[in-house]
Amino acid sequence: MAISREEVLRVAKLAQLALTEDEIEQLTDELGKILDAVSVVAELELADVPPTSHPLDLVNVWDEDVPRASLPLEDVLANAPQAENGLFRVPTWRQ
Amino acid sequence: MSWEPVIGLEVHVHLKTRTKMFCRCPVGFGAAANTQTCPVCLAFPGALPVVNRIAVEWTLKLGLALGCEVAEHAVFSRKNYFYFDNPKGYQISQYDLPFCTNGKVLVPTADGDSVVGIVRAHLEEDAAKTVHIGGRTGRIRGADYSLVDFNRGGTPLVEIVTAPDIGSAEEAKRFLQILRQTITELGISDAEMEKGTLRVDANVSVRPTGSKELRTRTELKNMNSFTFVARGIDAEIARQIALWESGGTVRQETYDFDATTGTLTPHRAKEEADDYRYFPEPDLVPVEPPAELVERLRSELPELPSARIRRLEAELDLERATVLVTGGLDRLWGDAVAAGTEKIAAANVIANNVVGAGLDAAAVSAKELARLVEARERLPRAAFDEAISKLAEPGFSADPYLAQEALSDENQLAPIVARVLEASPGQVEAYRNGKEGLLGFFVGQVMKETQGNANPRVVSELLRAKLK
Amino acid sequence: MAPVVDTLRLTAEGAKDLLERGEVTATELRAAYLDAIAERDGELHCFLRTTDSGGDGVPIALKDVISTKGVETTAGSRILAGYVPVFDATVAARVKAAGLGLLGKTNTDEFAMGSSTENSAYGPSRNPWDPSRVPGGSGGGSAAAVTAGLAPWALGSDTGGSIKQPSALCGNVGLRPTYGSVSRYGVVAFASSLDQVGPVAKTVRDVALLYSIIAGRDPLDSTTAELPEAVRLPEGDSLAGIRVGVPTELNEAEGIEPGVKAAVARTIELAEELGAEVGECSLPRSVRYGMPCYYLIAPAEASSNLARYDGVRYGRRADGASYQEMVDQTRDEGLGPEPKRRIMLGTYALSSGYYDAYYGQAQKVRTLIIEEHREALEQFDVLVSPTSPTVAFEIGERAADPLAMYASDLLTIPSCLAGLPGLSIPCGLSEGLPVGLQLIGPQFGENLLFRVGHALEQALEYETVPERWR
Repeated sequence: MAISREEVLRVAKLAQLALTEDEIEQLTDELGKILDAVSVVAELELADVPPTSHPLDLVNVWDEDVPRASLPLEDVLANAPQAENGLFRVPTWRQ
Repeated sequence: MSWEPVIGLEVHVHLKTRTKMFCRCPVGFGAAANTQTCPVCLAFPGALPVVNRIAVEWTLKLGLALGCEVAEHAVFSRKNYFYFDNPKGYQISQYDLPFCTNGKVLVPTADGDSVVGIVRAHLEEDAAKTVHIGGRTGRIRGADYSLVDFNRGGTPLVEIVTAPDIGSAEEAKRFLQILRQTITELGISDAEMEKGTLRVDANVSVRPTGSKELRTRTELKNMNSFTFVARGIDAEIARQIALWESGGTVRQETYDFDATTGTLTPHRAKEEADDYRYFPEPDLVPVEPPAELVERLRSELPELPSARIRRLEAELDLERATVLVTGGLDRLWGDAVAAGTEKIAAANVIANNVVGAGLDAAAVSAKELARLVEARERLPRAAFDEAISKLAEPGFSADPYLAQEALSDENQLAPIVARVLEASPGQVEAYRNGKEGLLGFFVGQVMKETQGNANPRVVSELLRAKLK
Repeated sequence: MAPVVDTLRLTAEGAKDLLERGEVTATELRAAYLDAIAERDGELHCFLRTTDSGGDGVPIALKDVISTKGVETTAGSRILAGYVPVFDATVAARVKAAGLGLLGKTNTDEFAMGSSTENSAYGPSRNPWDPSRVPGGSGGGSAAAVTAGLAPWALGSDTGGSIKQPSALCGNVGLRPTYGSVSRYGVVAFASSLDQVGPVAKTVRDVALLYSIIAGRDPLDSTTAELPEAVRLPEGDSLAGIRVGVPTELNEAEGIEPGVKAAVARTIELAEELGAEVGECSLPRSVRYGMPCYYLIAPAEASSNLARYDGVRYGRRADGASYQEMVDQTRDEGLGPEPKRRIMLGTYALSSGYYDAYYGQAQKVRTLIIEEHREALEQFDVLVSPTSPTVAFEIGERAADPLAMYASDLLTIPSCLAGLPGLSIPCGLSEGLPVGLQLIGPQFGENLLFRVGHALEQALEYETVPERWR
């Protein structure tokens, strides 16, 4: 089942990917083929089957509310592409 | 055509746990930017969340206090979207299996209890803080760039969603006061809008009175007091009614309400609705609250504000009962009355004078307060006010103040009364023409002349006699 | 005069012996491996970078998805070029605490997405048996390094077969552990409900030893659990009392090369000779629906896990006049074609209107697959099949056809979805290239897998040194 170009653009927007024209074409083709292959899951009638989110059956895993040391500021910013006065600097949101 | 408002509220409560929701960074105000962060709340590659057990417990407690059912199987979900304050590119929240559902809060009103349904209360993490540099007001519009501080990111938040059961801005305000009081009494949050530990968004629509339809609603955000919430709601109701009546339609939009100007500013319309692609958080396992825990929490709940308002209403009136309970003052009142003082007088003094003096009700000696209330008519005003202001001090005794007497000698007061009336002929005329509220003005003038030492009751009687 | 260490043949246990007997120092041992790397890695490109990080034990290589404090970690992607973690992944910390010095970070398909290591943004790795062929993926670097004697052992990560399949193609032993038995904290996430870190080495005992160092509950990873029993290093050569199941669908699947089938069949006969009871069983839907299920769940989780690569806090950042533009460009420039494909696929599968039919349905299929494996493992102690349908393919052969590449994982995927452990051991050659045998066990059944794998290994007497270097 093919995927339309519009769908590809919609998904790219949700995923924050600025695709080039070549990429859009290629992905439209590839995703169509992959979706074809994975859609076979729809063959199965699974209305009464519960979904699995975790293959290991654990519940109630948590930590006590006791503070642990935070990272020193130089570690926090060690890999920052742009920092200013201890804050991460980014271009602003386009209105 | 008459219209009725349909209002629902979304409230975010900042839990005052020691650490964040999914990591053990300390939560607290005033730290230097980015000094309360770690790989988890910074979303470094490979970092994983771990649930804060106390945050879960407090959420259950709050849900129970709101009359909710506690889920047997609750799941955290990812809410996917990109924004600077959302470092993982998703927020860990709850979606189809939240901790608490199906509760209700009783808002006592003159016409009986109004029931506000609580659709759900769920647990999630707060976003980081962004500062926008270069714009006019420090807001995003027109900014040159932005700076992000992740200290706040990851703080536990409980989101409470009400059903659209609220019928007026005033009711919304009462609901919020009761909600806030409930939250603070549980000890889980300071719940102060001004500090951002309680945030309220309102969903507003209107419909013809008596109909059951639900028309398009709008969302109001960024109001930072209950009064502003009420004003914002009123402004939006008016706008919508005007729109419907002029033949227009309400569109689903989000508005900011500016309380100083009373204006509603729409957010820029989005091209399409957000698609958050919720799915169960694979890095966290489900929570199945043990039955013993839920029962213990339920048994530990204090008598809730709504119930206390109804109980006090029988002894006072709805207005006073609401003020006392939502101000956390009813226990003090009860103690003062038990110590032997008149109910209404005690309520008035507590609601006006004790609150006015900014006292911590828990520190006030009910017994000493009772003695002051009893003596309030014969004490000089200045002495009374000073005594009240010191009520919360440890070991306070009303004795030195009770020894003072207001000036009650009519012979001394009569000339002063005459002087005051002579000095204000205009007001005297107005009073005689029906503006009886001006009595207070005259009393004030006499008090000024006597440095607050006159007995206000005697003064009032003298004035009334003279003004006839 | 410095002792000559034959890194091509030395096992980790052997190296441990040498150290304990004082025949070689830890420094000399490390130097021997660094020399081997200098000599042979130019051709193979197993390592993205080497270090000489001390340690008094047997040195180790770590796949470059594992965060190593102070040592660049790229996950095979340009978007993390220059990223130097300020913390260790738990598995890195555990091996460090055990004295295993870091030799370097091995090459990987970008973000662990791939079956050949050709998706690495830093160039492919090559198979030590035949450098014109792939070493498998995504952990081709670690597997090739072990076979080529560039590291005595290594850690990889497995999501749909990324440890097992490279071990099969390179002719060594790889364990994909029970989901939840090894911490993922600090491991660059691909698919959270599938990723597991695991050991790669020349022998089953080496793999068991390394597993015992890294396994066990981590308070920093909520999806881990304590091991129900301690790890036992396998001994003995008998399989008496072991019931070996041969799932028809895994062993008769379309696309399995005859030479692979033959090597596996011979090994199954060998198991019988060692005393095992062998029988057929069925996983009726796990194979047919396994890959489609996996290629919905894994990309969906990945699309969300990779959203943090936005140029704000670390990694590469592209220019942009606005935040949106900066993020869009950063991701488009920094992410390669395979991650983009999977992000797009995953986002689609989760999006409004499609969730139920795709991701939602896949989660239900997963329940079925778990159930089928559970039933089969009630009748049998271990299940057996080829690890990979084919021997190592040529570099470039499948790179242009995503679906052909995905087919490499046909046989490893189903048990991954079930969260079950899988051990791949070399069981023979086909056309002169290694064939791997996959042993699948029940949850926390690693000791059983080690026992069976070890017995077979002893009987097979497989030679891990590539023929061209003997």
